[in-house]
Amino acid sequence: MSTNSVSTAEPIARLIEELNKLPGIGPKSAQRLTYYLLRAPANEVGALADAIKNLKEKLTLCSSCLNITDSDPCAICRDEERDRTKICIVEEPIDILPLERTKKYKGLYHVLHGVIAPTDGIGPDELKVKELLSRLNDGLVTEVILATNPNLEGEATAMYIQRLIAPLGIRVTRLARGLPYGGDLEYADDVTLSRALEGRQEM
Amino acid sequence: MTAPRVYQTEAIIIKRIKLGEADRILTLYTPELGKLKAVAKGTRRPQSKLGGHVELLTHSRLMLARGRNLDIITQAQTINNFLPIKDDLERISHGLYIAELVDSFTGEHIEDHRLFDLVLETLQQLSQAEDCEPILRYFELHLLDHLGYRPQLQQCTECNSILKPETNFFSPNHGGVLCHNCGFHEPAARPLSLNALKVLRLWQNCDYATSRRVKITPELGTELEQVMREHIKYLLEKQLKSTAWLDKLKREIQQT
Repeated sequence: MSTNSVSTAEPIARLIEELNKLPGIGPKSAQRLTYYLLRAPANEVGALADAIKNLKEKLTLCSSCLNITDSDPCAICRDEERDRTKICIVEEPIDILPLERTKKYKGLYHVLHGVIAPTDGIGPDELKVKELLSRLNDGLVTEVILATNPNLEGEATAMYIQRLIAPLGIRVTRLARGLPYGGDLEYADDVTLSRALEGRQEM
Repeated sequence: MTAPRVYQTEAIIIKRIKLGEADRILTLYTPELGKLKAVAKGTRRPQSKLGGHVELLTHSRLMLARGRNLDIITQAQTINNFLPIKDDLERISHGLYIAELVDSFTGEHIEDHRLFDLVLETLQQLSQAEDCEPILRYFELHLLDHLGYRPQLQQCTECNSILKPETNFFSPNHGGVLCHNCGFHEPAARPLSLNALKVLRLWQNCDYATSRRVKITPELGTELEQVMREHIKYLLEKQLKSTAWLDKLKREIQQT
């Protein structure tokens, strides 16, 4: 930022510039954060700097489920209590959080790190699909749960993986698609409602 | 008179990218306004009232409010969700290819009712057909037609001679066919079988119903695909991204 370089000290200008690159942080917010940090106690600033540094240095991908982890295998894959016959397939590491929050699922995960998006040039070779297939080779897994997002690319990815796994004789299931809790029937689209009707259950 | 703050339009959603936490920028293809980009707020939340109404390859009626930069979608109601396309991996892939074609060949805010109708009809055909390939070829031909790139298939583009019933040539940079003599010396031209020429000529001048009556062998289908793909690549000066996926899908089906 050339406007800062004349009047502000170089370290300040540099931090403003770096913060400005973050999503949702404009030049003004970047300035405010920088001057806040300048006045904050040294240990607090040090803790933030360490946390940012560790983010890239200590984290790797779990060699089994490809979740982001600080220890390989990750905490979920290491956990002896978990059901090793089930694998839940998600698009991104962040998708594991809401599933874990339910406390209903005790199996393992597999992170694809993306979704098939033909118009962006992303196919299965750009995703962690090969890793999934080699995981299924040990014969331990009896069910694969497809938890990709319920949109066009998510569905396409689910259908594609289903097609790959089907010959292996492993049960493939898909998370139910239907009406969201706290939603309103009036605003439901036809695809969601059709799926909700197809998947209706005895009460 | 200033433009009204809100307006309504029909639209087919041909592309969407993520914006911020839960929003999306959609690329719409509309009859009156051509292609345009608009913001759909909150559509990535499960409770979004727009949600499925603005999903890719959906035909919807939209209400938009003029924004400072991009317009904002305030209401949406599905007209046709093309469910049969969304239930089938091949059809999804073909649908996305069509969307990419439309996105690549059209400019923003250029009104084209006929092209809109063609896209709509193509998606309808795609929902019903068993074999999707001929629909893609028909769409490619007629898309080029609309945009003024209609391939010349009647006579040689070099010497104007009437084509003989034999293997001729197709050359993207001539915008059509070359007779055997002219094409033979043209390095960029590729051979075009008599059957392929006949089918292309027929499709160029008929409607969807008639086009589906033609029986296409796998070899002929591949030839037609290659001809059209080269032509499109020449016009756009790039390969469409979704073709790689279409090829992969086709290869894997042949293996099983």
